[in-house]
Amino acid sequence: MKLVTGIIQPHRLDDVKSALEAAGVRGMTVSEASGYGRQKGHTEVYRGAEYTVDLVPKVRIEVLVSDEDVTAVTDAIVGAAQTGKIGDGKVWVVSVDDVARVRTGEHGDAAL
Amino acid sequence: MEFELNPGNTAWLLTASSLVLLMTPGLAFFYGGMVRGKSVLNMMMMSFSAIGVVGIIWAVYGYGLAFGADTAGGFIGNPADALFLKLDDGEWWGAADTGVPALVFAGFQATFAIITVALISGAIADRVKFVTWLTFAVLWVTLVYTPVAHWVWGGGILAAGPIVDALSLPIDFAGGTVVHINAGAAGLALALVIGKRKGFGTEPMRPHNLPFVMLGAGLLWFGWFGFNAGSELAADGTAGRAWVNTLLATCVAMLAWMATEKLRDGSPTSLGAASGVVAGLVAITPAAGTVQTEGALVIGLVAGVLCALAVGLKFKFGFDDSLDVVGVHLVGGLVGTVLIGFFATNGEYGSFYFEGSLNGLFYGGGAIQLVTQVVAALIAVVYSFVLTYGIGLLLKVTLGWRVTEQEEVDGIDLAEHGETAYEANSTIAEVR
Repeated sequence: MKLVTGIIQPHRLDDVKSALEAAGVRGMTVSEASGYGRQKGHTEVYRGAEYTVDLVPKVRIEVLVSDEDVTAVTDAIVGAAQTGKIGDGKVWVVSVDDVARVRTGEHGDAAL
Repeated sequence: MEFELNPGNTAWLLTASSLVLLMTPGLAFFYGGMVRGKSVLNMMMMSFSAIGVVGIIWAVYGYGLAFGADTAGGFIGNPADALFLKLDDGEWWGAADTGVPALVFAGFQATFAIITVALISGAIADRVKFVTWLTFAVLWVTLVYTPVAHWVWGGGILAAGPIVDALSLPIDFAGGTVVHINAGAAGLALALVIGKRKGFGTEPMRPHNLPFVMLGAGLLWFGWFGFNAGSELAADGTAGRAWVNTLLATCVAMLAWMATEKLRDGSPTSLGAASGVVAGLVAITPAAGTVQTEGALVIGLVAGVLCALAVGLKFKFGFDDSLDVVGVHLVGGLVGTVLIGFFATNGEYGSFYFEGSLNGLFYGGGAIQLVTQVVAALIAVVYSFVLTYGIGLLLKVTLGWRVTEQEEVDGIDLAEHGETAYEANSTIAEVR
């Protein structure tokens, strides 16, 4: 089992969700995040006082998948989130030892 | 003089009073949006509490101090004349000659005293004990506001006597000296006494809710029509002149502030537009009924540009006038008060004739009115600054001004009011 985590531009979330549903993903966790990569932040000016805002809003999307679905899910996120501009985000995959479904107590792939 | 009720004028003044009272909650939003989310409630409470404290003082003795018969050589009014607002319609109280009952005039003036105190709170955001603020409001309205109001509007030293005899009558139609220069100089004094917020100039302190700021500016503009057009104390052509000037100077100042930002910073901002609105309103206040359309336009232009530049001074000189009471109200008040010396017209196109004043420099009156305006402004600045500094020091060594550093970091809303504005969803451990 794998945990696929994507950090994406907030305005791509709807497309990414649709792409994941089309790829057969039945659940996900989405949270608001802030951060920066190569694009750094931007400057805001309030009554002449300049503030450098280096942490910009992002969305973090997390999906637990079986080993065979990893490539399809990763590609779905990348395909739907991509605009080609700096700041599009990143997707990474880590291995998961075990998963338990709280409602039934099932473990492993059955709990996905 | 026999008092004769004028229902039209009275109805307008009652309406105008309600408009002016709305300015203080408007100010609460204007200021509240500009502070950080952890101190928005305290910021708004300083305005709301000013309504409570000053409203009561005004009725008990404040109105008499400001508008009672001259005592102490025109320095202050006699409070015994109006204790608990026991007023007869026929007594002379400012508006009697326009047929407005004394009590209605007293109510109108209460709303001015209230917002003047509330304006000062912008200089001391995020860091002062609420009890000290309430005590300050009592002392300041008693020792600073009422004398200055008496000098200018209550027949005191800026309305009659040696200064007026030597120069001419200072013109302050709706409160450039009494309200804005007064509050601005007081804000500067308090910011110096109380000191900077922790992290001022190094940590980001950006406004947490700009839509609040825009909402507040809108409410202020709306209420300001009562402030300025109401100050005619009658529903007539001069009230219309004041109303139109209040519209026009503000239009120009808003655009001028945005243009200044566009040239200097790259973008015209919503905060700049809201600030320009207030700067224009402040500047046209003393001049509203006494200048013509072109005067109002120039006053708005100068105020918009100068105030936009002036708000940067606090970083240069290192005083934490948090929400720019100095940059907007002191500078804007000075702009309007001084420019009257160029643009005053007596009685033309609906403008008001202040008996004893002269036309401005551009309208054939020579430079005397200009000198008079400068002198009146300086007297107000010096008196307000010195007295407020003294009151500030007194409170510093008695009650103390500052919350603890940790309370300031955690947010003054929690420390002083036991609540937070935006954390309704945080886990509540137990309901008791």
